[in-house]
Amino acid sequence: MPSKKAGQKMKKMPKTAQAAQHQKREQRAYKQLVAEKQRKPLYFKNFIVAFVAGGVVCTMGQAILAFFMKQGLDINAAAAPTLAVIILFGIILTAFGIYDEFAQFAGAGAAVPITGFANTITAAAIDFKREGWVFGMGAKMFIVAGPVIVYGILSGVFAAFIKFIIWS
Amino acid sequence: MDYAIAFLIGGLICGLGQLILDSTTLAPGHMLVFFTVIGAIAGGFGLYQPFLEFAKAGALIPVTGFGASIAKGSLLEAERTGIIGLFTGAFEFTGQGLAVAVFFSVIAALFFNPKS
Repeated sequence: MPSKKAGQKMKKMPKTAQAAQHQKREQRAYKQLVAEKQRKPLYFKNFIVAFVAGGVVCTMGQAILAFFMKQGLDINAAAAPTLAVIILFGIILTAFGIYDEFAQFAGAGAAVPITGFANTITAAAIDFKREGWVFGMGAKMFIVAGPVIVYGILSGVFAAFIKFIIWS
Repeated sequence: MDYAIAFLIGGLICGLGQLILDSTTLAPGHMLVFFTVIGAIAGGFGLYQPFLEFAKAGALIPVTGFGASIAKGSLLEAERTGIIGLFTGAFEFTGQGLAVAVFFSVIAALFFNPKS
């Protein structure tokens, strides 16, 4: 009867009501202390890590953009090939599992750049292919990127519509 | 100089995203949608273009630039061909990136398996 034995042990544990209360209070104080110690440095540290990681990705993007602008394209024309190259870069890193490690450490610094957007598509494609090529990969590769596209189009077309009405 | 500005602005946008993640209960997906919508609204009203010319890759690479590109294409086509252009232009600048992402993601899925 293991349950009965456990019950007997449990009975022995609390000494007095006062001691139990004291222990509870100490535990609560300790938890509060941990929470306080954890929260403040984490905000700052996470911000810095995301800032530097995102900054590095954008600096790489700037190098690619500068390359295409040197070919005589203006910034609007150079934007498209720049995005294509850096998206491809994100896909390759995702395929080798490097981007996911980077994302775990960099947080939003890896998620916010367009490489993170590509990463969600590629990772979902690789993950869901086991559910089938059509209803697995085909349907679910936009599981994270889909909402971004949906609300991007919704708000983008709407904002352009408002501007168009005012302009015309 | 362009590199420093791209680093600073791009980094700030990503840092802001991290602050949103840490201080609210929003999932990364929510944060990305939020940023895209902000970018799309700014793009629709023509505010993103000067920002892009100032910060260059710092404005282009974060997902806000994706939203702004949708609005920019929509507006450009609407001014060129009338109201129907709002829809034909939506993918004018973003379609290529999406096509690249889809095409090469499928190639990656053909040759690679999940790591964990």
